[in-house]
Amino acid sequence: MFSFISLLIFLCMAILMVRLFAGPTLYDRVLALNTFGSCTVLLIGTVGFLAGRPDFLDIALLYALINFVGTIAVLKFFRYRRLGDAVEDADSIMAPEPEEPAK
Amino acid sequence: MISVLVDILSWTSFIVGGFFLFVGSLGMVRLVDFWARLHAASIIDSAGVGLILLGMMLQGGVSLVTAKLALIVLFLFITGPTASHAVANAAFMSGSRPHDMVEDVTATVPPKPNKGKPNKGKPKKAKAASSAKSSNTAKASKTIRKKT
Repeated sequence: MFSFISLLIFLCMAILMVRLFAGPTLYDRVLALNTFGSCTVLLIGTVGFLAGRPDFLDIALLYALINFVGTIAVLKFFRYRRLGDAVEDADSIMAPEPEEPAK
Repeated sequence: MISVLVDILSWTSFIVGGFFLFVGSLGMVRLVDFWARLHAASIIDSAGVGLILLGMMLQGGVSLVTAKLALIVLFLFITGPTASHAVANAAFMSGSRPHDMVEDVTATVPPKPNKGKPNKGKPKKAKAASSAKSSNTAKASKTIRKKT
């Protein structure tokens, strides 16, 4: 049972690798990476069951959280081109285009 | 008896979840643009992952394993849509749009200023219509058509 489902997850991850490498834009790649991480969480869980050591689920839980934080970090990096340190001119990046004053 | 039932249930959820995983990953490759691929990604994130983890919970029985799996389901169901929304928002802010999107021009163009006199044109038309009714000639009806 678990060998069947882990092989299927492997197959899906192999198909996802195509989009991960061939994605025309950055956002395709980030989306495929996020989905790939979800599949990795499943794979860690099933391999843990397959090996008879369900303690692997702790690692799967950690991987789910790190996957989310990593996705957000990649998006933030490609928007601001920096991570962590304060943006000096945050207003110029965050503010929308100034609208025409209504007369 | 109960173990056979649990096995059948977990096999069912594994097979259905595996089907959703496969369909979602095919969609990630086959669909036309980023905005269509978001649907495939959310199929994998919700249906595929949820059903396969449900099958694993059924196999785990009432134990710590099931509790950990429930925590994983909880976290994935919170973080998956959030991450999808973040990616979609970043793509939208970067200027990407669906390839066949029709922009609603009437929603973006501001209405013309009426100078505080709304429905300026309507009373005249009503007057003309009433006069046409009274005169009842072909000429009048033609002018009304032109006006409208």
